Amino acid sequence: MLTLFIIFWPFFAALLLFLFRPQNAKGFAFLASLLELAASFAVAYLFDPSNSSSFDVNVPWIDKLGVSFSVGLDGISLLLVLLTTVLVPFIIYAGTNENKSHTFYGLILLMQMALVGVFMARDGFLFYTFWELALIPIYFICLLWGGENRAKVTFKFFVYTLAGSLFMLVGLIYLYYQTEGTHSFDIQKLYKAGQSLSLVEQSYLFWAFFLAFAIKMPVFPFHTWQPDTYTTAPFQGTMLLSAIMLKMGIYGLIRWLLPMVPLGVAEWGYTAIVLSVIGILYASFIAIVQKDMKRLIAYSSIAHVGLISAGVFTLSKIGIQGAVIQMISHGVVVFGLFYIVEVIHSRTKTNVMSDLGGIRSKAPAFASVFLIILLGSIALPFTSGFVGEFLLINSLVNYKLVIGALAAVSTILGAVYMLRAFQQSILGEESSKTSTFAELTTQEKIVLYPIAIIVLVIGIYPAPLLALSEPAVDQLLMIVSDYLASVK
Amino acid sequence: MVSTDLLISLVPFFPLLGFIIIGLTVNKIPKTLASYIACGAVLFSFIVSVILFVQLSGADENQRSLTVSLFNWISVGEFTASISFLVDPLSSLMLLVITGVGFLIHVYSIGYMHDDPAVNRFFSYLNLFVFFMLLLVMGSNYLLMFVGWEGVGLCSYLLIGFWFKNKDYTDAANKAFIMNRIGDLGLIIGVVLIFITYGSIEYASVFSQVGEGSATLTLITILLFVGAMGKSAQIPLYTWLPDAMAGPTPVSALIHAATMVTAGIYMIARNNLLYTLSPIALNLVLVVGLFTALLAAVIALTQNDIKKVLAYSTVSQLGLMFVALGVGAYSSGIFHMATHAFFKALLFLGAGSVIHGLHGEQDIRKMGGLKKYLPTTFVTFLIGVLAISGIPPFAGFFSKDEILAKAFEANPIVWALALTTSLLTAFYMFRLLFLTFYGKTRASDHAIAHIHESPKSITIPLTLLAILSVVGGFMGVPEALFGSNKLEHFLNPVFENSLALMNHTHLAHSTEYMLMGLVVGLTLVVIFAAYRSYVKNGAVPTFDVDSTSSVHKLSYNKFYVDELYDSIIVKPLFALSNLLEKIIEKSGIDRVVNGIGATVDGGSRLARLLQNGNIGFYIFAMVIGIILILAASGFTK
Repeated sequence: MLTLFIIFWPFFAALLLFLFRPQNAKGFAFLASLLELAASFAVAYLFDPSNSSSFDVNVPWIDKLGVSFSVGLDGISLLLVLLTTVLVPFIIYAGTNENKSHTFYGLILLMQMALVGVFMARDGFLFYTFWELALIPIYFICLLWGGENRAKVTFKFFVYTLAGSLFMLVGLIYLYYQTEGTHSFDIQKLYKAGQSLSLVEQSYLFWAFFLAFAIKMPVFPFHTWQPDTYTTAPFQGTMLLSAIMLKMGIYGLIRWLLPMVPLGVAEWGYTAIVLSVIGILYASFIAIVQKDMKRLIAYSSIAHVGLISAGVFTLSKIGIQGAVIQMISHGVVVFGLFYIVEVIHSRTKTNVMSDLGGIRSKAPAFASVFLIILLGSIALPFTSGFVGEFLLINSLVNYKLVIGALAAVSTILGAVYMLRAFQQSILGEESSKTSTFAELTTQEKIVLYPIAIIVLVIGIYPAPLLALSEPAVDQLLMIVSDYLASVK
Repeated sequence: MVSTDLLISLVPFFPLLGFIIIGLTVNKIPKTLASYIACGAVLFSFIVSVILFVQLSGADENQRSLTVSLFNWISVGEFTASISFLVDPLSSLMLLVITGVGFLIHVYSIGYMHDDPAVNRFFSYLNLFVFFMLLLVMGSNYLLMFVGWEGVGLCSYLLIGFWFKNKDYTDAANKAFIMNRIGDLGLIIGVVLIFITYGSIEYASVFSQVGEGSATLTLITILLFVGAMGKSAQIPLYTWLPDAMAGPTPVSALIHAATMVTAGIYMIARNNLLYTLSPIALNLVLVVGLFTALLAAVIALTQNDIKKVLAYSTVSQLGLMFVALGVGAYSSGIFHMATHAFFKALLFLGAGSVIHGLHGEQDIRKMGGLKKYLPTTFVTFLIGVLAISGIPPFAGFFSKDEILAKAFEANPIVWALALTTSLLTAFYMFRLLFLTFYGKTRASDHAIAHIHESPKSITIPLTLLAILSVVGGFMGVPEALFGSNKLEHFLNPVFENSLALMNHTHLAHSTEYMLMGLVVGLTLVVIFAAYRSYVKNGAVPTFDVDSTSSVHKLSYNKFYVDELYDSIIVKPLFALSNLLEKIIEKSGIDRVVNGIGATVDGGSRLARLLQNGNIGFYIFAMVIGIILILAASGFTK
């Protein structure tokens, strides 16, 4: 029951929302997301990592096609569901009420349903349904409430990611026809079907899925929709995209790609790692010369995601555990950073860093919180970013020393662009735009303080999160290694 | 009786608590309370450190090692990093230096930072620094050391840029952080390689497994040394340290002279076994240390900013410590680290007292004759100068003499270069002393009218550090001088495995006396030369006012290394970034993506033209189609 509740409650809440008057829409949506949060905490409390089948639900859906409504939870899924349910209330709460109607908050809730669904689906068809469903609300959020040039930018984003997903659809259907007996979209059967294929077929499937996931994350060179979209979207949209939605892509790699076409991964994993590492350096370099803070964070996100994706393809436990914990950390940190940009923008009407400066003396608490979250972003030890980044670099050095070393150069470049951003916007003398910069409001504190605390807590005591996902990662890697051993 | 485990945990706990209390209350508590909390926290740590030290020195040699494990920090499969502390003779000595000197500098800061409105923030950063520094030396594994390593880097960044409105200062802070990160990259990859090679990152486990040298071990030790180059400001990563003088003077004394910058020395001493087994890496340490020591000493000769002279002197002295490590004289390096902490902290604090007295003046050409205005500062500064110059029986004499003796054992050329550094040190330090305190004053009448000796909170730490700079050397009096080198014996358990691997020739006492006499004699000659140039003349020599000779210019402009880095690293970095953004990103990848979009779009436009609503055209097309199908089926048959 709880399983179905955490998937469908946001959807019902989105419908119920229209019973309320527009000025109450935000309040109700916020309460609904809190209820969702409570439910997900209940799940986490009841969850037993060693026996993860207790939350499985499997009912026939479209019988003739072998499609079932099959959902489940293991440690990896649960962590991402928690990331979603923790961040969505913040995203709803963070905004002001002006010009945002029922529809806006309804779309956010709808989005939440799709995201939770993606992380829990155990049926290929269902996964694809949730995957595409997630695109619709975010498209409208960006289109209707975005900034300059939104129609063009959002259209490109929509078409680009949709095109990517179609490759995945083709791949899924192909696999479906390879399943034994009565064809089925069940995840285990799809794994089996994929593993029965030859290297060439697995290679094609690898690219079909990888393209879809790589565009979503995005990985170099499939990233060009991202900076524009992040910059143009309303900040809630940017947060949904960067903090949660891009994890669909990484999650897809771990859950669907690795176990389904292990030979393809063995063959093309190195290429994917190389692309990812190029992306890390490329995006970091470009971030250095950005003048707009939102764009800078967008590029830094490409760099961080590149590291995660590279770690996944090492097919090592340290790499994938690092990827999982870094997904959580990146979600929290990037949420914080984009909100910081919003706080600055709401006061100064600009994201251009050279127009700012001197904020430290006007709003010291704001500057301190910014610094903590920034340290999380550049992976200082005892912040959340370090745990994942260290594990990922560890796995890459083990994979190939040169690759690991190149990927780790991002820790230097990250410090370069983030410290410059902090110096330009926060330190120095006040500018005409920051001369009346006000300290954080209560609402802003309620959003930013917990985020800063989460960054520190995960950094100092990540053990419970790592323990949660460890059995699931072991299981996935076992499927892959058993298969690869049997092939050789 | 409190358990030892608890005592060990308390050492870093106090400053952490101090940081949290001051950090959370910031300006809600009065300045005096904040400063008492900060000083008290470090004092408590010092007291506990003393208790631990007494316990250790009372124990048998093979039991001088206490560990306590708090909790598992990161654990994935085989990989485990725990929060656990190790107190052995090496870390115990570091604890005493960090908390002892640290406490005195905290007290000094009460007076020095008295008028600063953000003094609470200052003290919170200082406490945080002490906490991370303690983690660095107490961590029982490489990753916890790395936490401290990066943590002190953060505090250094925060404190260099403490006066954040000044762009030069925040530039210096960024430079320090980024240069340190370059070193840290080497360090962290080294740590990962250690895990991959030995399956653990606990010191005890790694040291017991090393066995013998290998190419991997050489790589590991070189990578770790890259970390040391950054943190301990060695060629090529030293240029951040002189710029770091932008921070308040107590920071320069504590972080950029006495403690943080010696982290590299500690790290290599901690890993002495690995380095002993990697002669290539050890030689690299030696060569880098030697050249850094010389280069920095030459630059220090011509600098006119009182803090810059001391900064280059620190770089140079750190170089000497690496020379000691590089010839395998680990305990000598640690000995010099300890005495250097005393006299260099003293010199910086003395410089701060001068700057404080002159309301911010740092140019020694605008000082002179200050000894009658600042008597306590003068006497203590003089002691510091005597100590660093290696005049017996001040602290620096013993530690530097030990390094020179070990260098002579290893290689006379190393000895000659180290000696040159030492003589240059005596010259620039006496130049500094003479220009600041001797002769007629060159300060403005206004400055002289307002000049004043510093308050007690400043002079008391100065006096205590001066006492340490006088007697500190007696912990390591060599046998040749009828001592028993207590320090070396105390540290023995840490280095015994390395020592067992090295064949040791001991210098004859007669050789030692000869070297000692030669060094002291030459030093006195150099001091006399400095006296002739800077006191007897009665004025600042012309070449210090307006440099004309090219050698002088080269030294004064620090060999243009900053400019070189700017043109071969910084500018190309930005050029590359701009190029990637403009050429590859905008005109390259994105154009291809949009091109694909446009092609599809254009293709659809063309296809749309076919649906022109003309029935005749449709029928025509249909007939052509049928013919083609028939023709195609005919071909296949």
